[in-house]
Amino acid sequence: MKYVDEFRDKDIAKKLAAEIAAEADPRRQYNLMEFCGGHTHAIFRYGVQDLMPENVHFVHGPGCPVCVLPIPRIDNAIELAEQGAIVCTYGDMMRVPASKKNSLIKAKAAGSDIRMVYSTQDALRIARENPEREVVFFAIGFETTTPPTAVSLKVAAAEKLKNFSVFCNHVLTPAAIQHILQSPEVRELGQVHIDGFYGPSHVSSIIGSAPYDYFADEFQKPVVIAGFEPLDVMQSTLMLIRQINAGDFRVENQYTRVVTPEGNEKAQNLVSEVFELRRAFEWRGLGEVPYSALKIKEAFADYDAERRFTLTESTGKDVKGCECPAILRGVKKPTDCKLFGTVCTPDNPQGSCMVSSEGSCAAYWSYGRFRLDIAKEKPLEAAQ
Amino acid sequence: MCLALPAKIVELTDGDNAIASLEGVTKEISLALVAGADVGDFVLVHVGYALNTISPEEAEKTLKLMAEMDAHLGNKTEAAV
Repeated sequence: MKYVDEFRDKDIAKKLAAEIAAEADPRRQYNLMEFCGGHTHAIFRYGVQDLMPENVHFVHGPGCPVCVLPIPRIDNAIELAEQGAIVCTYGDMMRVPASKKNSLIKAKAAGSDIRMVYSTQDALRIARENPEREVVFFAIGFETTTPPTAVSLKVAAAEKLKNFSVFCNHVLTPAAIQHILQSPEVRELGQVHIDGFYGPSHVSSIIGSAPYDYFADEFQKPVVIAGFEPLDVMQSTLMLIRQINAGDFRVENQYTRVVTPEGNEKAQNLVSEVFELRRAFEWRGLGEVPYSALKIKEAFADYDAERRFTLTESTGKDVKGCECPAILRGVKKPTDCKLFGTVCTPDNPQGSCMVSSEGSCAAYWSYGRFRLDIAKEKPLEAAQ
Repeated sequence: MCLALPAKIVELTDGDNAIASLEGVTKEISLALVAGADVGDFVLVHVGYALNTISPEEAEKTLKLMAEMDAHLGNKTEAAV
């Protein structure tokens, strides 16, 4: 596959690993946070961690939109379906636990009309085919997934589709990064050390590299926008190590084949035409984050499910013992959670980080690497 | 969720859409988010939309940079010997 295979080349990976090992200063620790779940998975799937020297640590961030969506919003989506609407959503959402051990897939099994769609175009088609039914698109995702929702709202308005609306849960990356850097765990308690950031690949293809300049300056941390293939992650690691060694804190762009400083302006314009900032939005793990999400503008109010329907304020909470919130902040690792690999597995997920293909727990579990961690930490037990 | 695949545009169709091919698997996608994408271009496809065109020149540069690093590493090994 062009633009994929050549960025997974084993021989170049070995050479990059050798260069990283040569340049990483053994007297330092390098704590590098990958914001995106896509990077977390590249690291685990391709064994990038195993190619790193012992003092290079990956800290997993909250960049998994399914994982950070708080339970009350999922409860609301189920409520919409129970009120008789056809609720359309991306496959990632279907198995995420809601409150009272419910989920969209369980609600579907119980008779609600919940449909998995690949694209907002499919949701529009369902609305056209069912003019007598309300069709709600349960929209989630970061800046990558927001422009397609903006297109669907524009199309619905142009076609005057009276039965289509969007339950908007789109969130913003820069606000979340800023929140993590300002959190007490990072600033005061020293529980989370972050020496540099991998900037998101596809979020940045939309917003560009310029929005990260502020973090690099304000928090004096280097940011390297990295592609999602293993060689991209490794080259970006080398770029971060070089900056850290030199005491630099600049925004660098490794993923130049897609990301430009200004980003995709056509998509940005569409988003700003349709959406505006919410004053605050609750994130699982991070709590209320100011100006971190989008809502639908007044001009498109007819297509806003939150205005069109009355939704109950749910107080649903995470399963007891689930460490997803701390894992999303980088404070804990999946293997620190008592539920991990015992009651919580991808077949029977208790928390969102185990459900999503981008969640840290799913990454640890799916590629079996947690077994190596356990073997390292408890050598005797592992030997028995 | 933010994953996207590089696919080649093989045909422009009605309504700002295109047929994109990924290793021979074709799918109709929307070009509503990109400006000036044409047949032969590679685009990143995400949830049925092209997010951006991929720059062949920049991809080449990145790969070249990795190859140069190889040469640099080779020199270093020789120096150590």
